[in-house]
Amino acid sequence: MNDNTHKLEIFRGLWKFKSNQHKIWGVLFFLSVVTIIEVALGIVKPEILMNTFLSTKLINWIFIILTLVKAYYIAWDFMHLRDEKSGLQASIVITLIFLIAYLVFILVVEGNYIYDVMYEGFVSWDF
Amino acid sequence: MSSTISSSLQEEDLWGGGNKPFKASYGKLMMWFFIVSDALTFSGFLVAYGFSRFKNIDSWPIADEVFTHFPFLHGVDAPMYYVALMTFILIFSSVTMVLAVDAGHHMDKKKVVFYMALTIVGGAIFVGSQAWEWNNFIRGEYGALETKGGQIYQFENLNSGKRVALKDFTISDPKLRSQHESKNGIWFTNESSLPSFTVEEVITGFKSNDDLIIKTEKIDEKGHKIRLSREESLVKIKQAKYVVEGANLIRNEYGNRLFADFFFFITGFHGFHVFSGVIINIIIFFNVLIGTYERRGHYEMVEKVGLYWHFVDLVWVFVFTFFYLV
Repeated sequence: MNDNTHKLEIFRGLWKFKSNQHKIWGVLFFLSVVTIIEVALGIVKPEILMNTFLSTKLINWIFIILTLVKAYYIAWDFMHLRDEKSGLQASIVITLIFLIAYLVFILVVEGNYIYDVMYEGFVSWDF
Repeated sequence: MSSTISSSLQEEDLWGGGNKPFKASYGKLMMWFFIVSDALTFSGFLVAYGFSRFKNIDSWPIADEVFTHFPFLHGVDAPMYYVALMTFILIFSSVTMVLAVDAGHHMDKKKVVFYMALTIVGGAIFVGSQAWEWNNFIRGEYGALETKGGQIYQFENLNSGKRVALKDFTISDPKLRSQHESKNGIWFTNESSLPSFTVEEVITGFKSNDDLIIKTEKIDEKGHKIRLSREESLVKIKQAKYVVEGANLIRNEYGNRLFADFFFFITGFHGFHVFSGVIINIIIFFNVLIGTYERRGHYEMVEKVGLYWHFVDLVWVFVFTFFYLV
């Protein structure tokens, strides 16, 4: 195998690389920037992002989205999913997205419900 | 129909292993199968964590107040910096792994050896960091009291707003009970190690020090822990039943009991993956050294172990977010 088996561009062709090694360093740079943004937000905690949006803080949504972005580039470029057939990509990603989204939905809703029961029930937990 | 009868040779190619579904080799596909199922295991853990967190949304410990240590910086409040460093170490070892895979594609044995060695070192540093993190977590720094209902009371100085360790205000009582060990009595009766102080000692110390207040585990709308006034604290402290120092699977000084359980299970399970990844990397590393893949004509084995290694990195990205950031 040689280099032309790899797709050498990320961000939909906005950033092109000369070789696979270049692409690896480019992706590392991008992942590092995202991680630094995450850590900086976690330390500074800007007041404007502490407002609740869809049952959790806005800053948490930013963390989750940035995490998914990182996961995408790790899977696509480090694990070479970008170079695999679309059938393989789909069978991995769609399986995980459906099962995990379902699991998250049902358990988080349930957790929230149990909180309500404990909070509104006529039982004191402070003893 | 007729074609299947006439082409027995082709059929052998199709079902005899000559055909690659998705143009990916058997080994790589199986690694992907494993990764998908393992990803579901980890999401099970993380979602269970989310469940418990939403169940205790108004009292869950705040990660920034728990993980505040950094090596060689004693007493400095450094939330998250250390895990951020660990994240960089793991991402970097992922990069050296993918460079090793790339060198394998070019049949460049020397480079594969070099990059695999770096990957192993990175993984080992990460596992070591996790052990250090566990050590701090288990040992604890301040100590706390627990009520019968399982609530954690931490202590703070009213004036400085800083956490106060139990040992800084507790007045020791010479009547201290010693741990009951099986060698001192009937061979099958013993008890787990006793905390450094008894509840009475802590309460006496608390009463005689007017600057101290209780920091409860409840969270206000702004996301800060609720502090009691001195008068409320003096009332509430009577509910205390246990002295908690550090963390174990039953109780921990940071807050909700489940918090430590999830910390141990999720980071422990991930750490176990990193550890086994390092072991597998070492095996492949020696195989590269003795030229197994050179003779085989391809370095696909490096690619397969690389997939596993990147997956471990991928999981850490999620653990980092959900355990330390969110």
